[in-house]
Amino acid sequence: MKFLSDKALERLRDGAETPDLAGTRYRLLERIARGGMGVVYTAEDENLQRRVALKVLNVPGTDGDLANRLTREARVLAALEHPGIVPVHDVGTLADGRVFYTMKFVVGKPLDKFIESVASVPDRLRVFLRICDAVAFAHARGVLHRDLKPANIMVGPFGEVLVMDWGLAKILREEVSRNRSEADPEATVFEKPKQANIASDATDISAVTGHGTVMGTPGYMSPEQARGEVEHLDARSDIFSLGRLLRFLLTGKPEVASIPGGRRLDKSLAAICAKSTAAAPAERYPNVQEMALDVSRYLDGLAVGAHRESIFEKAGRFYRRYRFFILLIAAYLAMRVLILLFMHR
Amino acid sequence: MNKVLLGLLLGAALGALDGATAWFMPAVRFEIMAIIFYSTIKGLIAGVLIGFFARKVKSLPLGVLFGLAVGALLAFAVALMPDPSGNHYYVQIIVPGSLVGLIVGYATQKYGAAPATTPATR
Repeated sequence: MKFLSDKALERLRDGAETPDLAGTRYRLLERIARGGMGVVYTAEDENLQRRVALKVLNVPGTDGDLANRLTREARVLAALEHPGIVPVHDVGTLADGRVFYTMKFVVGKPLDKFIESVASVPDRLRVFLRICDAVAFAHARGVLHRDLKPANIMVGPFGEVLVMDWGLAKILREEVSRNRSEADPEATVFEKPKQANIASDATDISAVTGHGTVMGTPGYMSPEQARGEVEHLDARSDIFSLGRLLRFLLTGKPEVASIPGGRRLDKSLAAICAKSTAAAPAERYPNVQEMALDVSRYLDGLAVGAHRESIFEKAGRFYRRYRFFILLIAAYLAMRVLILLFMHR
Repeated sequence: MNKVLLGLLLGAALGALDGATAWFMPAVRFEIMAIIFYSTIKGLIAGVLIGFFARKVKSLPLGVLFGLAVGALLAFAVALMPDPSGNHYYVQIIVPGSLVGLIVGYATQKYGAAPATTPATR
């Protein structure tokens, strides 16, 4: 008996996996990624003559959990029209029965690769603010991402930041929002999604991500998400992930507090990270906007809400903020003293 | 705080400080109040001019250069006036006056709120 080599097996699998795009307006180009749920290819939209990313399920069938999830992901994306969220173009079923959707083909680098070329902390924070912007928008539309991590953030060549992979997104139902706001008045209240495609999908979610089902990425998912408490998740779960993401941007690791050059993480930034990743959701920022506001305040040289400064820290921050101006005044005074000394010689 | 107000306040404060240093010059010490007053006015005028310039032109080098020129020009005008004994203090007045203009020019470009832009009309 002769066994097939791994290479031959891989080729056979690729052949079987390759989607049959007959009857669609797409022409397959190449495979770019493979995940647990599906495979992402680049394809050419022959009508519009542009390159798109095509995500297709591994398995055929339109009524399984995976098919529901992929369709739901496409609908969630379609409802979230925002420059920071990858736009979906089309959703459908292939001739072989597999569900697919097409989205913008993003040319860029994932965040973890991107930061290797960006040393400046302010530049990294500006990227972070753009991530916050997209996530805050999704929250405002009643959608939690639940899988925010560097690999799911793409940074384009012109600095555009796109939040990708909404496969684990959770659409918050009205009653969940009501319960959360009663439990904690400071928590963000999600309104019932206005768009029909999101609202009609809400009933599907419990089936996909019911209580006890742990989905997410270790190191980035919140403790309540890791415990599988799906019905208790709200914006603060994504805020936890954003806190880990912020720490990753600043230190290269989601949980370590020293940056690559050996310098310590600034106290204000460390406090923002600590507040957003507090174990108890009630101790975190109540919404993404407040977290982003603290980061913006740090960038502007202002005090952040997460950290109470000592008088020396305040003076240091004031000096850093107005350093050149203070030096100019000092130069002026020094020059004045020199003139006086010159005159009294 | 808008740029004109920032220029005005900073110009006045630095002008007053500039004038107050005349106390260290015995020859003019008896005129200290008048010197402080006119120096403050000079700083005010320079500050307003530089503030308006910063509102119109958003450029740090040009702002600093304009501040330096305005400060120097106004200080030169003051330095043209001799003290009661007929002495002129060109260096002592023009150099600090120019530096005051430079500082105000820098500050108004770097800090202070720019005027709100008019929204585009349909």
